[in-house]
Amino acid sequence: MTGRETIPPVVEMTDLRIEAKSNDQWSKIVNGVSLVIRPGEVLGLVGESGAGKSTIGLAALGYLRPGARATGGTVRLLDQDLLAIPEEERRPFRGTRVAYVAQSAQAAFNPVHRVMDQIVMVAVERGGMTRAEAEGRAVDLFRALQLPEPETFGRRFPHQVSGGQLQRAMVAMAMICNPALIVFDEPTTALDVTTQVEVLISIRKVIENFGVAAIYITHDLAVVAQIAHRVAVLRYGQVVEEAPIDRIMDCPQHPYTKSLWAVHEMPVAHAADHGTKGAPLLSLTDVSARYRDFEVLNGIDLTVGQGETVALVGESGSGKSTLGRLIVGLKEPAGGQLLYDGKPLPHRVRRRSAETLKQIQIIYQSADTALNPRQTVRKIIGRPLTLYHRLRGARREARMQELLRLVELDETHAGRLPGQLSGGQKQRVAIARALAAEPRLIVCDEITSALDKVVQAEVLRMLLRLQARLGVSYLFITHDIEVVRAIADRVVVMQHGRIVEQGDKDRIFAPPHEPYTETLLASVPDMAVGWLDRIIAARAA
Amino acid sequence: MTSRSHPILSMVTSRIGLGLLSLLIVSLVIFSAVSFLPGSYASAILGQNATPEAVAAMEQKLGLNRPWFLRYVAWLGAAATGDMGMSFAGRPVMTVVGPRLKNTILLASITAVIAVPLAITLGVLCARFRGRFIDKFLSTTTLASISLPEFLVAYIVMMVLAVKLQLFPSMAGIRNGMDFADQLYRMVLPILTLLLVILAHMVRNTRAAILSVMASPYIEMARLKGEPEGRVVLRQALPNAIGPIASVVALNLAYLISGVVVIEVVFVYPGIGQAMIDAVRNRDVPVIQACALIFATAYIGFNLIADVISIVSNPRLLHPR
Repeated sequence: MTGRETIPPVVEMTDLRIEAKSNDQWSKIVNGVSLVIRPGEVLGLVGESGAGKSTIGLAALGYLRPGARATGGTVRLLDQDLLAIPEEERRPFRGTRVAYVAQSAQAAFNPVHRVMDQIVMVAVERGGMTRAEAEGRAVDLFRALQLPEPETFGRRFPHQVSGGQLQRAMVAMAMICNPALIVFDEPTTALDVTTQVEVLISIRKVIENFGVAAIYITHDLAVVAQIAHRVAVLRYGQVVEEAPIDRIMDCPQHPYTKSLWAVHEMPVAHAADHGTKGAPLLSLTDVSARYRDFEVLNGIDLTVGQGETVALVGESGSGKSTLGRLIVGLKEPAGGQLLYDGKPLPHRVRRRSAETLKQIQIIYQSADTALNPRQTVRKIIGRPLTLYHRLRGARREARMQELLRLVELDETHAGRLPGQLSGGQKQRVAIARALAAEPRLIVCDEITSALDKVVQAEVLRMLLRLQARLGVSYLFITHDIEVVRAIADRVVVMQHGRIVEQGDKDRIFAPPHEPYTETLLASVPDMAVGWLDRIIAARAA
Repeated sequence: MTSRSHPILSMVTSRIGLGLLSLLIVSLVIFSAVSFLPGSYASAILGQNATPEAVAAMEQKLGLNRPWFLRYVAWLGAAATGDMGMSFAGRPVMTVVGPRLKNTILLASITAVIAVPLAITLGVLCARFRGRFIDKFLSTTTLASISLPEFLVAYIVMMVLAVKLQLFPSMAGIRNGMDFADQLYRMVLPILTLLLVILAHMVRNTRAAILSVMASPYIEMARLKGEPEGRVVLRQALPNAIGPIASVVALNLAYLISGVVVIEVVFVYPGIGQAMIDAVRNRDVPVIQACALIFATAYIGFNLIADVISIVSNPRLLHPR
């Protein structure tokens, strides 16, 4: 790679500074960033949400989101300083010389136009191609991206194409004019793990075959390890560390980078950690559920022991969340039997006794929607205390503070509204609210999916400590295999509303696997350079 | 893609079915409302000095002694063929209402042909140049014209163009014998007034519909593909805003038929609104019924068309998986 230094860069950012307006105040979101990308090179931009990754990626197209302004620095794309020329002169570069791949293709494609029309538009209008030439190139790209029926694929409307396919179609759209640079902004974050691999393979192939330079934005280190040549780690709008991929993966230098890396070595719960498992607390036998004529759950047999963590894994649409709703009584089963503590569990939440309601709690993925934005933390946690335990006044306040400390917050948070808390803090409040009831079983529905990796690890550690102290059982619904490895005692794998496999974590994660479990596990990227290469090689063989 | 039983066909059919059902319910309300009025139809025709025998004979002759639902079915059946019965003045209702309806439709059509394209163009311009002069100017003026009662708009127009400048007649009394150019000349002021009233509503809603689409990620994507802003609005945003635009247009077209009463009265325009006012004054129930039924049909019909347009403009429905 030493020869590359002499080749002129595709894009060069020098001391880039961008501010954004929020609440009538300008705040710095990119604070003196300098980056260089040379032809054929892929730079990984890594950092947590709010670190300024997307802003920098868009700046490479000379684009600032409404409400943002550049206050200094240069962005040179192929010898043109994009920030020095007016917007009307920047515009022609986009789509032809530099292109963008967004996080959600489903949202980024216009629903009223056919996929092909959207892909060839730039090429026909400004890329100097005829419609036929552009379509021919698009079909070639579809083929390179391994899209089904490449000849006719483009005739479909966006909603007629699956998420993973549409994401690849967006890569084709970016490639249509053979740009010098593509900005990939979290292109696989919204996808299931099994789909993610397919899209990653396609992106890798296209980048290699066409020799295009790229900025690859992600918060997933395992993903960036498969794609990037170099990685820049961002925090608070500044680059804290930049190094070739091998070096940064093997020996990160900056403390922040180390902390990001350390997250991947999550604390592993062992069965011994919280003593022997008690009798089954909840057991489901042959449970099924349907939405109208559509069967969402079928023949579910499931047991959760006292003080045990059962992880429920599967892709979106596999029926995981429906099962969680059914257990807390929000969805009525179509058949089967539910036993709680040895006694039949009424199906509907209204038929359940106050004691049962108290003992089974649920926590949702998004604390933003699950917490009332107009109630203070004190009120949010205080309500179940009054409702279930008749606590009032000083005793209620004392218990509330105790709960706050339990979820590693303190009294200063009690007076705040959810909007004044960070994502991780909000989820802690939601957990404290569930704990206020003193439950024996908590259904956790993707509760860490919306959190950054660092925060996610903290919340998981806390849940494990709480379990050791209180002996509570968790039914942990997730699609994240790493989380399962970290927290589960037993694993239940679901697909198409059925349980494919279940058993102790060690057994499920050790071969031989059921075919679907195999696919699921094999799709989770390793935190190691070369994992994707091995997958591609294995497929070719 | 398949020709047999496209889901959109069943959606459109059910929408039309629902429209007809609403119309049926409205007709029932209109029919029964009359039954609650004091006095009978027969005594109304015969006048106050009629003997009970004469009234009974009249009721017999008109079939008024039959059960109400039979009378309703007969009335509705006749109405469906355009026969609205006899007015109290002794003439067929349709000879009273028909020419008036024609005049109203003429006024409405001319206004609509100007207003709809103009409103959509101005709405698009406002959205395209959001926050710039044209947007601020139109936002302020349309807000003002929405806030003013329509009769006031009519009087202002009349005062300026008819009284002060004396360009157009303040009375729009068109007659059958007049040639079309003359009719048009007399209709200028009511048309202008109606334009001011309905343009504002449509411009604002078109602008809002487009701007709400402009917040979608695919709009940012189009900009990141280097598409010029004008085309972003026209080609990416506008097709996604057709549904809401169609429904506000429908509402305004329905208003042009059924809501123009005030303006017709101000300009003495011989439209259906005037006919209804006269009928109300004379307690001519069959004419009132006919007008109400025509208004209801216009409302339901235009909204039905808007519904169908917004269904058809949704590619998810038009091109199912």
